[in-house]
Amino acid sequence: MAQDEHRAVELKMTSVDADDSLSNMSRGKLIRRRFLRHRLARLGLSVLIILYLMAICADFIAPYQAGTRLKGFKDMGPSPIHFGGDSGFQPFVYARERGFHPKTFREIYTENEDEPHMIHFFVRGESYKVLGLFELDWHLFGVSEDANITLFGTDIVGRDIFSRTVIAARVSLFIGLGGVAISFVLGCLIGGISGYFGGIIDELIQRVIDLLIAIPTLPLWMVLSAAIPRTWSVEGTYFAITVVLSIVGWTGLARVVRGKLLSLRDLDFVIASRLSGGSDLYVITRHLLPNFASHLIVSLTLAIPGMILGETALSFIGLGMQEPGVSWGVLLQDTMNFGALVHQPWKLIPGVFIVVTVLMFNFVGDGLRDAADPYSL
Amino acid sequence: MTEQMVLQVEGLKKFFPVERGFLRRVVGHVRAVDDVSLAIAAGETLGLVGESGSGKTTVGRCILRALKPTEGSIRFTYDGDQTVDMAQIDGRELRDLRRYANMIFQDPFHSLDPRWTVLDIVGEPLKLTNMASGKALEDRVAHLMDVVGLEVKHLRRYPHAFSGGQRQRIGVARALATNPRLIVADEPVSALDVSTQAQILNLLQDLQSEFGLSYLFIAHDLSVVEHISDRVAVMYVGKLVEVAKRDQLFFFPKHPYTEALLSAVPTPDPDVSKSRIILPGEIANPADPPSGCYFHPRCKYAQDICREETPLLREVEPGQWVSCHFADELDLVGAPTLA
Repeated sequence: MAQDEHRAVELKMTSVDADDSLSNMSRGKLIRRRFLRHRLARLGLSVLIILYLMAICADFIAPYQAGTRLKGFKDMGPSPIHFGGDSGFQPFVYARERGFHPKTFREIYTENEDEPHMIHFFVRGESYKVLGLFELDWHLFGVSEDANITLFGTDIVGRDIFSRTVIAARVSLFIGLGGVAISFVLGCLIGGISGYFGGIIDELIQRVIDLLIAIPTLPLWMVLSAAIPRTWSVEGTYFAITVVLSIVGWTGLARVVRGKLLSLRDLDFVIASRLSGGSDLYVITRHLLPNFASHLIVSLTLAIPGMILGETALSFIGLGMQEPGVSWGVLLQDTMNFGALVHQPWKLIPGVFIVVTVLMFNFVGDGLRDAADPYSL
Repeated sequence: MTEQMVLQVEGLKKFFPVERGFLRRVVGHVRAVDDVSLAIAAGETLGLVGESGSGKTTVGRCILRALKPTEGSIRFTYDGDQTVDMAQIDGRELRDLRRYANMIFQDPFHSLDPRWTVLDIVGEPLKLTNMASGKALEDRVAHLMDVVGLEVKHLRRYPHAFSGGQRQRIGVARALATNPRLIVADEPVSALDVSTQAQILNLLQDLQSEFGLSYLFIAHDLSVVEHISDRVAVMYVGKLVEVAKRDQLFFFPKHPYTEALLSAVPTPDPDVSKSRIILPGEIANPADPPSGCYFHPRCKYAQDICREETPLLREVEPGQWVSCHFADELDLVGAPTLA
């Protein structure tokens, strides 16, 4: 009988490539395989990688600094980019001139089509500091001083929205990671204590979490961020907001950790490890943690967009990042009045970045969740 | 008894507190195991039978100290003549004894860590008891694979690549890894289909004669136990109701509950007429057991004394211990034939 069983299994195995068969794959490999099969997750991951690279190289990609004003070009629409003409395939822009609408007196910009200004790549422009260490003045693209290039238009004081959006990504994208990192430590620690010790400690922690979840997040954030002194530097505020966001964010994670600990604690393979001589610490680090790490990663991924939206909301209502700091929420403040929405719709472009980022994180989270348990088919 | 005892359990009790409310006030106890005494000799198999909720798994887990017993002593003899009370030790001391006893689990799909290879799983007890490492460990695991009838070339596979029966063999190999004296097999075949059951049972028997193992074999029906046990203990609501040599218990049961269990054993011979005893009601709640004999509400022989006095486990025939007021008087029906 036993031999029959082996033969049957062997037959199954030989049909698949011997060494690379599913049987020999570790769980990690299976998860990666399944994740990469998830099309939306793959899209999400690629877009996020591009966005994060953009944030990291923000100063290089942005043609202007976040605070640079293009004098005399406020509320200007995106630069039309032209191809062809004398230059062949090199794109160019025309310099623009300001006029006024005869009745509404609103700015109208017209292109001066006499002289094309080539868009040059890898040009020198405004200097910026890399990691606060050394100065560089290379930019991905730019035009000569006589014209300007504003891909997403300019804001009410004439700052280039494209440059500001790219630079703001640094705050908006990394605040999610920072917040989740703090939440992760708090959640694992408190959830772990709750699940591992149980009893009254567990009960107390769970009720505190209930309380925190019961408070509407926006007012709670508002109260906490109102406590951040206005005199703090941009970096200080940034850090404070990260903390504020994670004070609410850890609760969900703590619940996940506790639930997973409780469900795994009494599984037979955990008992088997203890009966074979494993200490508590050994069992936790070798059996419990690896088995719910994948679920943790999923919850983390799904928690990041919440953080990003939280920062945006806070900055939007004026309690988060403040000028001269920039984040996508700060940029969206410009769209608060109705006139801006109607006449300068390009000011909403930073909002598109938020939507795309959150959407992509959710795609990745979905893919990870589906992949996290590779044995469920 | 004169033979050498590997395990002697005296008055084992395990109560789980029932907690209620925010402050976890203890409002009662589930008496999962209530005063159980049993002994297993070297090379012997004791079958422990009872329906779900009877506390048989808890007995097994207390003996191996996956749970700390509330009361009682668990005298375990290892290394020839060293004896220790497993109920009294903890921590380091307990971990040092792990190599002498291990467990085979019921569900082969939950008892193997899905993230570990077979080599890691079977080698874990060896590593944890510092008995082997590196190449020596790999050799030992390969040898164990061979012993339990698995192919050595599958050493680096993950559990998901194996069938239920194969997984159970891995579990057996893990239990055997440190060359233990005692193995608690907690329903090792109930999750398997019948043909695989027979394979695993035969494997366990072969291993017993080869390595001189003692088994505490836990099962929920008598038909499985019949093949493998030397003696059988029957449990009901945390108490032993009957302990006897296998044949004695199968042919001459002295407790009405044993009789009922025996009537449920399927017979392969269709000509043997059987009257199946259907017990009325459910197994008693161990948090709120009935008065007197726990079995009286379901017992067709119950009389007034059964409702009032709890019967003690007493030796009715040599080697046959029964806890029933009428053990001497009742004429109970045993199994028709041994299958």
